[in-house]
Amino acid sequence: MTTTATPAPHRLTPTQYWICLCGIVWREALRFIHQRERFISALVRPLVWLFIFAAGFRQVLGVSIIPPYDTYVLYEVYIAPGLIAMIQLFNGMQSSLTMVYDRETGGMRTLLVSPFPRWWLLTSKLLAGTMVSILQVYAFLLIAWFWDVEVPPVGYVLVIPALLLSGFMLGALGMLISSLIKQLENFAGVMNFVIFPMFFASSALYPLWRVKESSPFLYYVCEANPFTHVTELIRFALYGKVEWVSLAVVAGCAVVFLCGAIIAYDPSRGFLARRGGPGG
Amino acid sequence: MNEATATVSDTDTAAPAALDVLGVGHRYGARVALRDVSFSVRPASFTVLLGLNGAGKSTLFSLITRLYAIREGRIRILGHDVAREPGAALSQLGVVFQSRALDVDISVQQNLIYHAALHGIGRRKADEQIARVLTLVDLTDRRHERVNNLSGGQMRRVEIARALLHQPQLLLLDEPTVGLDIKSRADILGHVRRLLQSGIGVLWATHLIDEVGDNDDVVVLHNGRVLAKGAVGSVVATANAPNIGSAFTRLTQADTVAGAGA
Repeated sequence: MTTTATPAPHRLTPTQYWICLCGIVWREALRFIHQRERFISALVRPLVWLFIFAAGFRQVLGVSIIPPYDTYVLYEVYIAPGLIAMIQLFNGMQSSLTMVYDRETGGMRTLLVSPFPRWWLLTSKLLAGTMVSILQVYAFLLIAWFWDVEVPPVGYVLVIPALLLSGFMLGALGMLISSLIKQLENFAGVMNFVIFPMFFASSALYPLWRVKESSPFLYYVCEANPFTHVTELIRFALYGKVEWVSLAVVAGCAVVFLCGAIIAYDPSRGFLARRGGPGG
Repeated sequence: MNEATATVSDTDTAAPAALDVLGVGHRYGARVALRDVSFSVRPASFTVLLGLNGAGKSTLFSLITRLYAIREGRIRILGHDVAREPGAALSQLGVVFQSRALDVDISVQQNLIYHAALHGIGRRKADEQIARVLTLVDLTDRRHERVNNLSGGQMRRVEIARALLHQPQLLLLDEPTVGLDIKSRADILGHVRRLLQSGIGVLWATHLIDEVGDNDDVVVLHNGRVLAKGAVGSVVATANAPNIGSAFTRLTQADTVAGAGA
């Protein structure tokens, strides 16, 4: 068959890119509002650590004066940045779980057949997840404030860029993981092999100098763990300071994970097309 | 092998076809899912992609919608190559997938606004388009209803409305009536057939013979290959059968026998 007419060129405008981003963020916010239990569980998890674990270990796990702190701090104050990072870690994994669910139910197809480039769609989805995680973080900080976990007032604002970057990085990690998981049932493995090791082998619960005293090997594992750097980036930002090494590690990991996710969801290079047909 | 080669879909034309599938193949590892598949869908035509479960219909849809990369052959939508100009091609395409893909916790309108955003349509224009497409599928009064409260047939109609929101020139529907009762099936088929008046080309994948109309074009897909294509009458004549049901049975059985003997 012959077709002789030349199709009209197609170009999406910056305004349309913006509309697409806003739509994806709006949809994620709607989903979050309609899933109250998700919001509550996202808050209860760190609060249990704060109210029970930290209170119980306050006397056991003394913390010396280490940057960014200028004086001795309560253990609750020390672990607050780690718990904030934990909220974002769980949110990133929750988003990844949602993507696997969306892929099974077909919602992911709706997103991916949009005419916008796939990198834009995935980046928008990551930003949407990050926004939701920041809402959770501020709800946690509000409750923690009543528990005498306070940071300098300006820290509540200065931490926003750190939260954006760390939420984006952890979301990109979740997105990359979601491309590797074929079925929702396999997601339990993520809890065991990603979330728990990342959280415990980090500076979230104890300063690294203490880890080094007991196990130099574990210290290096913690140092190599991106979650340690997420925690430290947030910890320093809450006190108006920048931990440059952590910033570089988190930014670098964000780029690597995002590129990995974009490749994984690219139809010409990704894993999705190689896994057997949809049937029919 | 019975190969009907009717010419309805292969005629020369100045305007681009709504869909051109040219020599497309796909494999999952060693398993061949599609082999040298070629056919066209004309504007304002209703083409039925007829095949049993496992024939390769959903794989073909995944290739047309760029969910999978096209490694063999070419696919063009309104003249835009899906692999080279995905944005231009996908902007002309509306899709209803086999599995339902609506957010059931939010309203019909909210689902449609989200889809409009995915096509870069702002809120004001989206509101106008939502009113238009809901009228097309007779769901204007359910605009603010939560999707969860709709019946299966109504959900399908919302999905069709969603697929039409950005005014595509090609509509793909992958077994859209599966799991619906007779009345809902007839309603949906009727709604989609009426869309032809606007010039849209429709590719309707199904395994249900009774969904094929007398004036439709048909592409018979079996074991990943096109066994016949063209107007219903010519496919029936080529298969030397009394009707399209018998023609489909003869073509697929002959192919299965030929495949077993090979």
